[in-house]
Amino acid sequence: MTKSSHVMIEESRVFRSIARNWALCFLLSFIVLFSLTGKGFLSVTNFQNIIHLSVIAILMASAETFVIINGGIDLSIGFIMGLSSVTAGKIIQIMSNSGNYSPVFSILIGISVALTISLLPGLLSGLLIAHFKVPPFIATLGMWGITNGIALKICKGFPVAMLPDSLTKIGNGYFFYIKPGDGISFFGLPEGVGNDQIREYFRLIPNSFIFLIVFLLILWHLLKNTKFGQHTYAIGGNQDAAIRSGINVKKHIVKIYVLSSFIAGIAGVFNIFQTGIGNFTPFGAMYELFAVAAVVIGGASLMGGKGRIIASVVGVFLIAVLENGLLISGVEPFYRFIAVGMLLILAVVIDELFPDLF
Amino acid sequence: MSYLIETKDITKRFGGLVAVDRMSFGVSEGEVVAILGDNGAGKSTLIKMISGVYPSDGGTIFYKGEEAKIHNPMHALAVGIETIYQDLALAENLNVYSNIFLGREKTKKKFGFISVLDHNYMHDESTKILKKLDIKIPSLKNNVRTLSGGQRQAVAISRSIYWNAKVLIMDEPTAALGVAQQKQVLDLVNSLKDHGLAIILISHQMRDVFEVADRIIVMRRGKKVGDLIKKETTTEEVVNLIVGSEMVS
Amino acid sequence: MQSLAKRDRIDMLLKIGRQWAIIFLVTELVFFSVMARGFLTLNAFQIIFFFGTAVFLMATAELYVIITGGIDLSVGYVMGLATIVSAKLIVAFSQSGMNSFLSILLGIIITLVIGLIPGMINGLLVSRLKVPPFIATFSMLGICHGISELLVSEKAAKNLPHLANAIGNGHFVYIVKDGGVSFFSRPEVARGVKVYEILPNVVVIAFVFIAVFAFILGRTKFGQHTYAIGGNKDAAIRSGIDVNWHLVKIYMLSSFLASLAGILYMLKYVTGKADAGASSLLDSIAAVVIGGASLYGGKGTVWRTILGGLIIAILETGLRIMGIPTFDKYIIVGVILVSAVLIDQFFPELTYKE
Repeated sequence: MTKSSHVMIEESRVFRSIARNWALCFLLSFIVLFSLTGKGFLSVTNFQNIIHLSVIAILMASAETFVIINGGIDLSIGFIMGLSSVTAGKIIQIMSNSGNYSPVFSILIGISVALTISLLPGLLSGLLIAHFKVPPFIATLGMWGITNGIALKICKGFPVAMLPDSLTKIGNGYFFYIKPGDGISFFGLPEGVGNDQIREYFRLIPNSFIFLIVFLLILWHLLKNTKFGQHTYAIGGNQDAAIRSGINVKKHIVKIYVLSSFIAGIAGVFNIFQTGIGNFTPFGAMYELFAVAAVVIGGASLMGGKGRIIASVVGVFLIAVLENGLLISGVEPFYRFIAVGMLLILAVVIDELFPDLF
Repeated sequence: MSYLIETKDITKRFGGLVAVDRMSFGVSEGEVVAILGDNGAGKSTLIKMISGVYPSDGGTIFYKGEEAKIHNPMHALAVGIETIYQDLALAENLNVYSNIFLGREKTKKKFGFISVLDHNYMHDESTKILKKLDIKIPSLKNNVRTLSGGQRQAVAISRSIYWNAKVLIMDEPTAALGVAQQKQVLDLVNSLKDHGLAIILISHQMRDVFEVADRIIVMRRGKKVGDLIKKETTTEEVVNLIVGSEMVS
Repeated sequence: MQSLAKRDRIDMLLKIGRQWAIIFLVTELVFFSVMARGFLTLNAFQIIFFFGTAVFLMATAELYVIITGGIDLSVGYVMGLATIVSAKLIVAFSQSGMNSFLSILLGIIITLVIGLIPGMINGLLVSRLKVPPFIATFSMLGICHGISELLVSEKAAKNLPHLANAIGNGHFVYIVKDGGVSFFSRPEVARGVKVYEILPNVVVIAFVFIAVFAFILGRTKFGQHTYAIGGNKDAAIRSGIDVNWHLVKIYMLSSFLASLAGILYMLKYVTGKADAGASSLLDSIAAVVIGGASLYGGKGTVWRTILGGLIIAILETGLRIMGIPTFDKYIIVGVILVSAVLIDQFFPELTYKE
């Protein structure tokens, strides 16, 4: 090989690296940009805030990642989350206010029931899609309506309140509470210190962050290192090939939708910890659409067969940082919608131009 | 000589249409049997029943003389029946060794209890089999999408061989290949014959058929209309059977 | 001989079953007539259509897009944007001294023209940049939402001329009991005299457009080409159809109808609201599917889609009259939606095939 072609290959490899991780590059650029244009953007508090508020979006996006890689789509996760949140809330409310059960016990039962219930919509969608050949768009759209209706029935249209305080203490708590010069305490303020003194304490690493890391590690492992993950990619890439290689595709599809539904259920439980209230999902929330957007921005293709958990997380952060940064910089909210829209289109165009990049 | 794989009166219906009508035929070890017929004659449907993709509506399949219940692709693979489909059934978004191990991935235990994919093992084993079949593919870590038609065909064939196929079904193996690659595939088929495999070949290419096949079976409208020994027949006779209305036993 | 008779019976059963949607509709009507007091009245029927105009228009829009194998998620917020734009324009015109009728007319026309833009962008993205319709129209949804928010934050659209309200809530025909007939304007009558209001203006306007688009889809080359693209895009390209340009036109058509829906909304409620059409999106897609179109494209007719929309509209109005909270409506629509597809699956002979 001649020297010039060596150089050309080197250049294209660098170029490919950048293009492959374009979302990450954009993310870093935005962080730099907003640090300059917005006061208070580049601070530990702000970043912790961004992460804390993005947890739900990340959960939704990771659920959607599995489904999209598998070649499908799940439009119902937003309302499954609402169903789970409302169910857990209702149970906790009834149990803890009845006086017979300790708050901790009611919370545990509430969580267990909510998580169990959240398996059902996914099971139903999965069966419809795998065994009855209903297009995923329709099956999950139908489930969208059904779970929403049930959630609203349970809470009668109102958020479920009057829940124990310990919920938000855990949900919005931090791992480290540091008072410079005075020492560290874990999980909560030191004994005898009231909430009014909280400003003196340097709070580090939200509990939600720890939860998120553990959660993402498990999902990442599932997708990358197990047969389950491998089969998910295979089915998304060529369903027929997967069938003919002996993979039980129908069973796998059901599992994928149950997984996605379960993750949405976890998001609902997390939501209760974060807000202290059982919330049904309002109409305009569009969690599922933003989740799909994040996954696509992260590099997955709607056709299936491509995608990574970490990439979807980058996609979520890209959108979150963009919103936060624009907000802090005082930009009109309307620009953010346009920005997200353009990012989406950019993601798709890059996918078109470099199909074997990911 | 007894057949390694045999079907007796196997039938498949789709609604009111009888796609395969009581087909009976067999293939012995080390024998290549070509199945010919016009479009819609039932060739693809027949092999899909043998490979477990379609359940049969009647008749039986025999392996080594004993009845084999083949209700899904897993059963067929377990018996040792490997199929190379016309569209190759490769996942383009996965790499070479992942495709060779598709559905039969090897795992190992990390930290004693967590089960992870054993990429190294699969990569090495795949390298071995490709070398054994003298197939040249630069990097096994590349996605199949980047390979040429001939290379993909080679990967599909290596997959079957690696899993110790006893019966190999090939559906239009040379259809999408250039001349040189066609010869490679046919040479491979001949060498596989020497290994004792029973090979069922579906092809439209009369020349390929006459080059490797030992026997030729002709199907028309789901029925067997001819079972000829290659050496004793001519292209003309075969074509007549495909299009004409003669029954030859 | 016996088997022949049996076959005839099966054929007849199939023919009836093919109309399962109509059967379901009739069942709904019967059910609600019995269970909901006041359902079986002229008024109630008009309410059904009155509240359903947005869904009917958007369903027609979605049908065109879905037949070509795409989807348009932006119609809801295009509609919302249209309510705001038309309201603001009309207020601006009438406050600058123009008479009511002219301001309204001009405002509507300009809005309709502006309403073509989102569709054009969608169409260009889908056809030239090969962006999947889901993504392109989802982005447009966001963009329209953003622009709506921007416009509304400046000033709420109040002070619309009375004429707007009159048109929006008026009817074509007024029949005074034991008296005369009057068109367009509500006759002055003495207290206690009954006046029958027939054919709400907005419904008439909507259906005129729907009828036109039904005609275009069913009888013209344009419609034929639409089906062709949905059936086999490559074949369409190779027969010389300018598929890219056609797709742009389709999406423009879709956003046009969405804008129209927005304008009618504005006339009805004399206000502009960004999320006016958000909840109608789901219903309109459901209507298309229930009406027998396939999400993969190539099938479906406007009237069947309207039928699907009717099933949903009747359901909603019936439940409302019965006093059942609308929560259940979501559940039922979800179930109907899935059932429609399942029926198509299991009994492909039953669904309407061209």
